[in-house]
Amino acid sequence: MITFETLTIFVLSCFVGYYVVLKVTPALHAPLMSVTNAISSVIIIVAIGAVGCDLGCACLTYWLALLAVFLTSINIVGGFMLTHRMLAMFSIKRKKKGGENAC
Amino acid sequence: MLANINNLIVPVLFILALRGLSSANTAKKGNFFGIFGMAIAILGAILLRNNGFVCSIAIIFGGAIGYCIAKKIDMTALPQLLAAFHSLVGLAAVFIDCSIFASPDVCLPLPFSEAIEIALGATIGAITFSGSIVAFGKLQGFVSGKALQFKFLKTIALLLTLFLIGGICSFIIRQNSLLFLTIILASCALGFIQIIAIGGADMPVIVSMLNSYSGWAAAGIGFTLNNNILIIVGALVGTSGAILSNIMCKGMNRSLKKVLFGAGGAEQIAIPCSRKEQGNVKLCSPEDAAFIVKNASSVIIVPGYGMAVSQAQHVIKELVDMLKTEDISVKYAIHPVAGRMPGHMNVLLAEANIPYDDVFELDEINHEFGSCDIAIVIGANDITNPSAKTDPSSPIYGMPVLDVEKAKTVLFVKRSLGTGYAGIDNPLFYQSNTLMLLGDGKKVIECIVKTMET
Repeated sequence: MITFETLTIFVLSCFVGYYVVLKVTPALHAPLMSVTNAISSVIIIVAIGAVGCDLGCACLTYWLALLAVFLTSINIVGGFMLTHRMLAMFSIKRKKKGGENAC
Repeated sequence: MLANINNLIVPVLFILALRGLSSANTAKKGNFFGIFGMAIAILGAILLRNNGFVCSIAIIFGGAIGYCIAKKIDMTALPQLLAAFHSLVGLAAVFIDCSIFASPDVCLPLPFSEAIEIALGATIGAITFSGSIVAFGKLQGFVSGKALQFKFLKTIALLLTLFLIGGICSFIIRQNSLLFLTIILASCALGFIQIIAIGGADMPVIVSMLNSYSGWAAAGIGFTLNNNILIIVGALVGTSGAILSNIMCKGMNRSLKKVLFGAGGAEQIAIPCSRKEQGNVKLCSPEDAAFIVKNASSVIIVPGYGMAVSQAQHVIKELVDMLKTEDISVKYAIHPVAGRMPGHMNVLLAEANIPYDDVFELDEINHEFGSCDIAIVIGANDITNPSAKTDPSSPIYGMPVLDVEKAKTVLFVKRSLGTGYAGIDNPLFYQSNTLMLLGDGKKVIECIVKTMET
């Protein structure tokens, strides 16, 4: 439910997100997309919660939630793995120039 | 207690993961923070419930699939893979919303605000799902990459939107599962229609916009269930995608509205007719090109989607290595919307082991074209089109482009003399200092490399 508390958290997180992502170098925009894809799959925690329906497999909630757990876990492992692969390619050839100028 | 600690630690770790991406040196560490955060979140969720066994099996099974996909996938297929991943988030969000609605613990009717949240959450999730599927189809080539514009498209989209709003309103009053399903199906149709009308080169905007949607869908579920982690993460991902789409829009000098509602479909058709009095095109063989390149002292390479299609990045690296042994300076110029997703070119160049110190963004390198001997354009077109600066009647007028025409010689590697995605003729082809190398990017560069070796 939208309360003042949740709305505050939401708006502040938007600001944090804005300033953090603004600092990401353009060269890493592809890994940024795949890592945000992975972390948006954190909805898995709600799905895990919903699998705990008391009626067990007799109930629709159970199966829908289990399916959601399955789908999001593809995403989580896939997303992080993909990010890792991309970043590994970026970090092999580090030369003298350390920091990249962002924005 | 455990849940509260999780609520604190998990978002912090995710913020650190995003923060790490501000530089290539810290990015890997950031990714581990992200993985760590996700592991804590999942463990916490499983420990709080007594159904860990079933969930673990689903997670292991899904995780294994995800691992195999991510491990095996070709880097050139990256944009479509991300689109596919986004569709999974959307679908999962829809399932979760359904499961909340169908849950026996929930007593109907839901209070007013919860009903709105759950309906909106399902709507966004379903749009993300179907939109991403279409984007995937276009990127993979299952669906034509051209912008499909048929007469009643806009009307249908408008009617669907109105229908959807009506559906949500009546859902708030009379909550039954049939209405809920109708809303989901209508949203799927809307997402489908919206993305089918968008052309290939607008894909960077669409992919990042869908990324943003998947975040908002997560935040929606967070509001419904009062889950702070989901609200925070949803907001982070949502803003991240929004910023990326904004950067991409700026790179094309188009507003998000224009990309989405496809203004310009009609204008673009009229343009290609104006190509007649442009003058002659100078063709050039790879052997000649090799000779010219060898005698240069500075070279700038401009890669585009064509490089990705022909997978030319590895041969480019070979060519550049040879040039470097001859003391020729080589740089790469990347336009923000080159390719089909944000950062597409950077990843491909990195895959070919090209040091990122040599890779420059539009603003950093644009002034250097004037002083460079040769600009090699590989499979890029619209992002080098000088009419974006000079011709106010051009559909891409005002779009920031690379000043390739200022180089002493321009080598243009391209499959044909056809117009680019936007259907606009490129005056650069007819310039006196432009030499066209027609053919597949990879083959042409291979020929140049072979000639230089001998």
